[in-house]
Amino acid sequence: MPYAFGVHYDEMRLANGEVRPHFRALADWLAETPAERVAEKRREADLLFHRVGITFAVYGDAAGAERLIPFDTIPRVIPKTEWDELARGLRQRVSALNRFLHDIYHGQEILKAGVIPAEQVLSNEAYQVSMLGLELPNRVYSHVAGIDLIRHDDGKYYVLEDNLRTPSGVSYMIENRKMMMRLFPELFARQHVHPVEHYPGLLLETLRAAAPPAAHDPVVAVLTPGQYNSAYFEHTFLAQQMGVELVEGPDLFVKDGFVHMRTTSGPQRVDVIYRRVDDVFLDPLAFRQDSLLGVPGLLSVYRAGNVALANAIGTGVADDKSTYPYVPEMIRFYLGEEPVLENVPTWQCKRPEDLEYVLEKMNELVVKEVQGSGGYGMLIGPAAKKAEIESFRARIKANPANYIAQPTLSLSTCPTFVEEGMAPRHVDLRPYVLAGKDVRLVSGGLTRVALREGSLVVNSSQGGGTKDTWVVD
Amino acid sequence: MLARVADRIFWMSRQMERAENMARILGVTSNLVLLDTGDLQEQNLLAPLSITETEAAYKERHDKLTLPALIEFMALDEKNPSSIYSCLKWARENAHAVRWQITSEMWETLNATWIEMRAIPRGRVTGAGATQFFDWVKERSHLFRGVTYGTIVRGEAFNFSRLGTFLERADNTARILDVKYHILLPSVEDVGGALDYYQWTALLRSVSAYETYRQLYRDQIFPIKVAQLLILERRMPRSLAGCFELIIEAMDRIRGQGGQSAKRLAYELHARLSYADIEEVFQSGLHEYLTEVLADIGELGSRVQRAYLGAV
Repeated sequence: MPYAFGVHYDEMRLANGEVRPHFRALADWLAETPAERVAEKRREADLLFHRVGITFAVYGDAAGAERLIPFDTIPRVIPKTEWDELARGLRQRVSALNRFLHDIYHGQEILKAGVIPAEQVLSNEAYQVSMLGLELPNRVYSHVAGIDLIRHDDGKYYVLEDNLRTPSGVSYMIENRKMMMRLFPELFARQHVHPVEHYPGLLLETLRAAAPPAAHDPVVAVLTPGQYNSAYFEHTFLAQQMGVELVEGPDLFVKDGFVHMRTTSGPQRVDVIYRRVDDVFLDPLAFRQDSLLGVPGLLSVYRAGNVALANAIGTGVADDKSTYPYVPEMIRFYLGEEPVLENVPTWQCKRPEDLEYVLEKMNELVVKEVQGSGGYGMLIGPAAKKAEIESFRARIKANPANYIAQPTLSLSTCPTFVEEGMAPRHVDLRPYVLAGKDVRLVSGGLTRVALREGSLVVNSSQGGGTKDTWVVD
Repeated sequence: MLARVADRIFWMSRQMERAENMARILGVTSNLVLLDTGDLQEQNLLAPLSITETEAAYKERHDKLTLPALIEFMALDEKNPSSIYSCLKWARENAHAVRWQITSEMWETLNATWIEMRAIPRGRVTGAGATQFFDWVKERSHLFRGVTYGTIVRGEAFNFSRLGTFLERADNTARILDVKYHILLPSVEDVGGALDYYQWTALLRSVSAYETYRQLYRDQIFPIKVAQLLILERRMPRSLAGCFELIIEAMDRIRGQGGQSAKRLAYELHARLSYADIEEVFQSGLHEYLTEVLADIGELGSRVQRAYLGAV
């Protein structure tokens, strides 16, 4: 099958067209397999995903609309040596971010040292005063982190953003692998692909490690906002894979200083809540009073150390886009190490000189809201219409501190099946990092792909797809 | 099992069973109305509304009581919570909320039923295709029950599904009997007349008991034996006694200490139905007897709800 690739770093081919060594087994297989067979398998994959009901609700779509995230059958391959370096950088980064979170809710050394402006942290919306002085097991705040990486034209990985609140997508990492093994078993015979399916086991271990020390044989539950949440499939999937209950707010109640679930055989104590509900909805007594998703009194139990929340409350201050530029400094400050993974250069619109630059170069930059996620509330300068740029300009001017800007990075491309055959499409990578007694991750992650030609937006809510991610020896 | 999940499973099963019972009631009503053009017309058309206590709601939407309008209301009306349409919709909604706690076959059965329901032309149901539609509803219910029995692990999900099914069925049989009890009472006129015969067989057919009657009693149709079969015959799966055999079987398997008062009431009802004498029932008054049983079934439902499923 012919594969034309563009000017960007391509995951499969070198600039001269030669296939990179770690992609060779896959490229050979693609070359010798009739296009017919591959197409047939793709249809089979679609059918299977539909039947299993692996869907993703899309906000703004008709109420409760469910869509399938397009799955691409060509995996993204990463050589083990490269992965090991990435993994080292990820562990380092997540360790530093957890140290940072502990610090800002305790001694605030990093603020005293002037490494990060204190007002930037303390006046951040996601900063939770209720977390001050609270001691958490292993001093871990972000038990599950999803770090978004991209590869630039220079071949280096850059961290695009840290997701330390309730990162989603890990179920696709596992389901994509299952699907690939089912559709193309012969591919796995050709080379050793590092497994990812043990992730739910590691997650359960991580969650149990977060339990209050007094809890022997801790009971874990997954807290979901409910069946209309966009990631509901994932919540059910993880609960099922870990063999724990999937609960909604009204299933839980606080009594005698502990959290219990209502079961058919009476109340059962819960020690660890893997919550996929945002901070402000967790406890109507402490945060939003109109929240029906939370558990009244949960915060007081949490503060008494009688239940663990994963992730902790108030982690959002560390993955905020206005905090992001300081992460390399955090790594130096807490660990005394040089960062393994690089940040994307970032202009902070709250600085007058940065603001001036951003307003001038809007057609070249990517502008993001500091609180935005999922591809909402961002402007991609080179792709935007004039009117869009102007309306964004007005919004930035009205509230500069709410925006950051970055150069338009050229995400690397990876061969992808599209209507016309195989073509390069831009990809990013989200590995999931688990922090318990130590920091661990499975060898792999979620590769998201922008299916439209030239598009850089990989979010599933904006028409992106996913690929299996292979770490190979 | 989480109380919320058990609640969804319980109601999912009740609603599917209710859809089947609606189809049975409407099927028999259609037959009776077609057979009879006389005085009983109005009474026959009214029966389904009395059974489901929806007479007032019906009158708000329809001026006249006709068969097509009745079928429209009882089978297709989205605003009628006990219409077949609503039952299938809510059975599917409940299944959707707990689809990872039930088997994929159960989910697919209810989902496919709902998708088919929405595609059925309304004119067909209220017209020539009525019988076919009722048969289809019964088949989907049989399928769902069979799929449940054949695929789900024997645990709380299974127990609450069975409990919901048979509690609903007992409630339905008692309601049908209570609305029709007068045809079983000895009357001065028209004793053993053709009209009574049709009424009795219609009643039997509405709960798939016509062949059973013939098989068990090898006799002509006598009202007291019809009552015996539908109330006290344990071998008959839609009789009250038959339902309570299955209700206590399901309740026995439910774990935990919270349900003592519900279990006690279920066993009481079971004992009363198992060791009753039909002659005595008639002497003390069939209607009074059925009213009491219906109240107890309602009370049992509330106790189950409180003990296991959380507040309503």
